[in-house]
Amino acid sequence: MNQLNSSFTETLNNHLVEEGSLIPLLQKAQEQDGYISPEKVAQISEYLKMTESQVYGVASFYSQFRFTPPGEHSISVCLGTACHVNGGETLLNTIGRDLDVRPGESTSDKKFDLKRVACLGCCALAPVVKIDDDIYSKVNVVKLKEIISNYE
Amino acid sequence: MSNIDTIRKKSVAEWKDLNQPEEPVIFLGMASCGKAAGADKVKKAIQEALKKHKIKARLIEVGCIGTCYLEPIVDIVAYGQPRISYGNVDEKRAEFIVRKHLVEKDLSKTHPLGHLGVESFNGIPHLFEHPMLKSQVRIVTKNCGLIDPGSINHYLANDGYSGFSKALKKRPEEVIEEISHAGLRGRGGAGFLTGRKWKTCHDTKSDVKYLVCNADEGDPGAFMNRLLIESDPHALLEGMLIAAYAIGATLGYIYIRAEYPLAILRLQNALKQVTDIGLLGKKILGSEFSFSIKIKEGAGAFVCGEETALIHSIEGKRGMPRTRPPFPAQKGLYQKPTVINNVETLGTVPHILRNGSEWYRQFGVEGNFGTKTFSLVGKIRRSGLIEVPLGTPLRKIIFDIGGGTQKPFKAVQTGGPSGGCIPLELLDTPVTYETLANIGSIMGSGGLIVLDDDTCVVDLARYFLDFIQQESCGKCTPCRVGTRHMVEMLETICHGEASPDILDKLESMAKLVQSTSLCGLGQTAPNSVLTTLKYFRPEYVKHVNEYYCPALVCSDLIEYSIVEENCTGCQRCVSVCPTGAITGPRSEPHNLDISKCIKCRACYDVCRFDAIAGNAIVITSGKE
Repeated sequence: MNQLNSSFTETLNNHLVEEGSLIPLLQKAQEQDGYISPEKVAQISEYLKMTESQVYGVASFYSQFRFTPPGEHSISVCLGTACHVNGGETLLNTIGRDLDVRPGESTSDKKFDLKRVACLGCCALAPVVKIDDDIYSKVNVVKLKEIISNYE
Repeated sequence: MSNIDTIRKKSVAEWKDLNQPEEPVIFLGMASCGKAAGADKVKKAIQEALKKHKIKARLIEVGCIGTCYLEPIVDIVAYGQPRISYGNVDEKRAEFIVRKHLVEKDLSKTHPLGHLGVESFNGIPHLFEHPMLKSQVRIVTKNCGLIDPGSINHYLANDGYSGFSKALKKRPEEVIEEISHAGLRGRGGAGFLTGRKWKTCHDTKSDVKYLVCNADEGDPGAFMNRLLIESDPHALLEGMLIAAYAIGATLGYIYIRAEYPLAILRLQNALKQVTDIGLLGKKILGSEFSFSIKIKEGAGAFVCGEETALIHSIEGKRGMPRTRPPFPAQKGLYQKPTVINNVETLGTVPHILRNGSEWYRQFGVEGNFGTKTFSLVGKIRRSGLIEVPLGTPLRKIIFDIGGGTQKPFKAVQTGGPSGGCIPLELLDTPVTYETLANIGSIMGSGGLIVLDDDTCVVDLARYFLDFIQQESCGKCTPCRVGTRHMVEMLETICHGEASPDILDKLESMAKLVQSTSLCGLGQTAPNSVLTTLKYFRPEYVKHVNEYYCPALVCSDLIEYSIVEENCTGCQRCVSVCPTGAITGPRSEPHNLDISKCIKCRACYDVCRFDAIAGNAIVITSGKE
């Protein structure tokens, strides 16, 4: 823990003490831990000389930041318009039901977390699902089960 | 000869060599869309095939030419032949193509999409004769899918940075005049004259000025910016250099969505390259002009597409808009004059400087000069990214370029969540900022989502309103509360719980939100509701009066059943049904218990997807 904290101190020192550094620092914090932990918020607020509630106020405004630890694998279901009209919501519901997880949360065994995203920009290949860094195109319920089984 | 001229000369030679190579060159479409379609696996398959047949070849990763429905795309240049393009290449086909094209040198069974040579070749059509590419005018997408986005030399070999060199020889006022005369308007959606924006900023006296590139492509269903940056990042950087020189900015920001990791990578790489050859930094090319660029990753907020909200976000605040004036060109980032331009706008600028404003004015129509890119998606046969002159009729875009729909066409939705639905009878509308606004929609950043009879417009309006309501920043009441009320009303309609007077209530709420919201997000939020009410009112009335969803989408208004005579008894649906609603032994027609059915659609999809199933599961309105 101490080692992690010290590496984040280094990250902090690479940023100017100004409001404009807040979002990049939150992004770095999430990159390191997978989420925005209360400890990191405390560190950032101290470094930028802002209150913790100010930090939370900005962090909670943006959909990128999460406040609970992620699962081992992150599943993002695209619900952009092209994916919506091609059945993206069915995929989201199916994953939710099969893995017993709600969007924004992780499974009880911490294997997966599920989130809905506005658009991954692969609209011509809708509907798409992203697991970690891999994007799967033209997914349907049958393909989805196969894809997820590769991560189980 | 200056440093840049030397590099250009070298680049031209390199590019020429690549197109008439001694050993074969293989180009792989590796933008996000290509990767999603499996380009990584195809690359591996090609490498293995080359190894197996002991062929030495160069592999080059390129971006996307825009025919995304044909991804993965592979081009091959070899044996003094022109570059030949192949579509829908999977691993098996990759091996086949390598063997036929490079080993047996027999193209008769390889079914290429086209060639990219100058003269006709072997009965193979030119790639740009392809129905999706034929009617396009490619200016900003000129290099996309053809050059390696990771190589500045490829960009330089194709006239790259020559627009900037020309700009440096002019006074800033002359550059602004060139852009003004070209009639270039903001491609992010609002269509404000770019030259006028630049002039306001140029004329405002200040010690520091900023240039911001808005690459926060938040519209769900639009990917023009992603594709351009992934395929040709230097076009954007050149546009930024010209803009910064014209307005007198010394620092530029690219505000880009974190959801586009590959685009960010391409930009970081491109920034390093231009810095290395002295096109970025202090006293660029020996002039008095100094400029640097920083990348700011957006953290996911649709409202940050609005300029003042975007400024707040860069400053590290919540991305909330403020009232204008003062306009950002006078008082923007950190209270300094700031020009905010969209990726496509800036990507177009170098071409205007290279070829002149008169050249640019030959495309498009009076008041709407030039070309615009659109992401053509939804229920369309040929989906992807296209570039056409402004003033092109929607019908031409959807039917000639896009190849129309499989099922009967219903509507096209333009402008993202802030746009509207345009019905069949208005398809001859030429696409300009004004004509689209006149029929209740907007140009927006260029999303064109095609809908067929399987799309329910009420459900779509609910989807968009739900999106806007979640993305509303909450600053002004009409948007914060009004969109919420509208979502609730639309939900009751979709659930079949609405009373007949709801449509009038919905309409008056929509007009209220439209006329009283603070920023563009709220003002345009009701467009999807208002246009669907205007053009598809009978569909709303059927939901309200008859509890009937003609498109069979709204789940509370439909039922699933099994057509006994079609059911092959394959048990696929039994295995996917999450609630055990479907039962029955193998090889006998299955039974569906409606009381257990949660209408999840899993059985319907598997019944259509699986070869041994018989399309036996049907969705009906429950009334027949």
